[in-house]
Amino acid sequence: MSTLKLDLENYKELLQEYIRSKDEQALYQAEQFSKQSMQQKISPDEIINIHIQSLQEIYPEMPEYIQSSLNFLLETMISYGLAYQEHQSLREKQLELKSEISVAANMQKTLLSTVKPEIEEVEVGALSVPAKQMNGDYHHFVYDEKGTLGIAVADVIGKGVPAALCMSMIKYSMDSFPEMRMDPSVILGSLNRVVERNVDSSMFITMFYGLYDSRDHTFTYSSAGHEPGFYYHKDQGEFEEIDVPGLVLGVSAETTYTQYVKEVEKGDMIVLLTDGVTECRQGERFIEQEEVLDVIKSYADLPAQEIVDQVYKHFERLQGFQLRDDFTLIILRRNV
Amino acid sequence: MNLTIDVSHKDNNVTYLTLAGEVDAFTAPKLKDTILPLTKEEGQTVEVDFEQVNYMDSTGLGVFISALKSTKEHGTELRLLHMQERVYRLFKITGLTEIMNIDSTVQGGM
Repeated sequence: MSTLKLDLENYKELLQEYIRSKDEQALYQAEQFSKQSMQQKISPDEIINIHIQSLQEIYPEMPEYIQSSLNFLLETMISYGLAYQEHQSLREKQLELKSEISVAANMQKTLLSTVKPEIEEVEVGALSVPAKQMNGDYHHFVYDEKGTLGIAVADVIGKGVPAALCMSMIKYSMDSFPEMRMDPSVILGSLNRVVERNVDSSMFITMFYGLYDSRDHTFTYSSAGHEPGFYYHKDQGEFEEIDVPGLVLGVSAETTYTQYVKEVEKGDMIVLLTDGVTECRQGERFIEQEEVLDVIKSYADLPAQEIVDQVYKHFERLQGFQLRDDFTLIILRRNV
Repeated sequence: MNLTIDVSHKDNNVTYLTLAGEVDAFTAPKLKDTILPLTKEEGQTVEVDFEQVNYMDSTGLGVFISALKSTKEHGTELRLLHMQERVYRLFKITGLTEIMNIDSTVQGGM
């Protein structure tokens, strides 16, 4: 039997063959039959129907109670068959949605894209990896001719599409700010009001905003409940936490943000991140903050972009590594 | 991991929620559905026991932010008790320890 036909005759022959010989070959054919039925969207109850008809033809004297029990089985399988059909059509819909989301993800990439500035005085490395298709992390660079580099790193609560939509709102509010040099505390204050007015009550955004002045090498920053960054002292080979108080954006319209200034020494680095970095897991185990810092330190001699790339690769290589949240890591280093 | 939520009443005006497990994107909706209606009952205080919560992510934090906003709106109260260090850290970083009523006796390590 080279070609398998999905018909009563064929099934009957297989069944007969199996009952006679208990041959494995017939079972194999039955498996093929079942696979082809699936491909042709034949529901399970239809196969049972074919089985009943075949039996009737093979055993015309079949006892009444067996006949009834098979009819009973057929009825039972009808709703199963319906569920199966529904499952099939949901699978098709799921594929459609998947492709729509990937279009949206691409659009988001374009909308939120930022150009990493190439500046002689300060070297920048940046990496952002979404846990799912769409990224709820956001980072943005603004560089002006006077030599100030603005860096925003933000994380919107939640993941996926709602988070991504929310991020686009933040990006466009920031674009609408006047183009003069803005203090981090002012920027966060304005964004807080935007988020508070526009976002659902359980949504919030954490953001770190820093301004690097490449003329005097000062770093001015404020934080709205964002994961603390780190300052790396090259001479001592040690990290210092940039721990800044400040409430997350969107909780209270009256919130104000304090601004801090730090002088950056030659060769020192500023490390900014999101909680996707500190909440990485290996199996059930959390990857501790010290571990992240040790890894950064071990690559500290590389160019900034290579450091962030290598750090991510390091964790990705760990067995059982899972990215639970979007991962963003930015490194600034004073070069001259 | 799962989250179990046990609701009991200390007296007429205090509802005591005992949480056990992880509060994350999967379990947060259930927690939100339990906690939000309680914060809307006039004169109520909702106490949440975190002793057996070993992990919470930002989605969980979102639930408590909504709950806090709701208490302000309805004149009710929210108290968070017995937090483990890792969970407390999340409230601390996000500045919420300043505006929420959180029991300061932090439980040791994880």
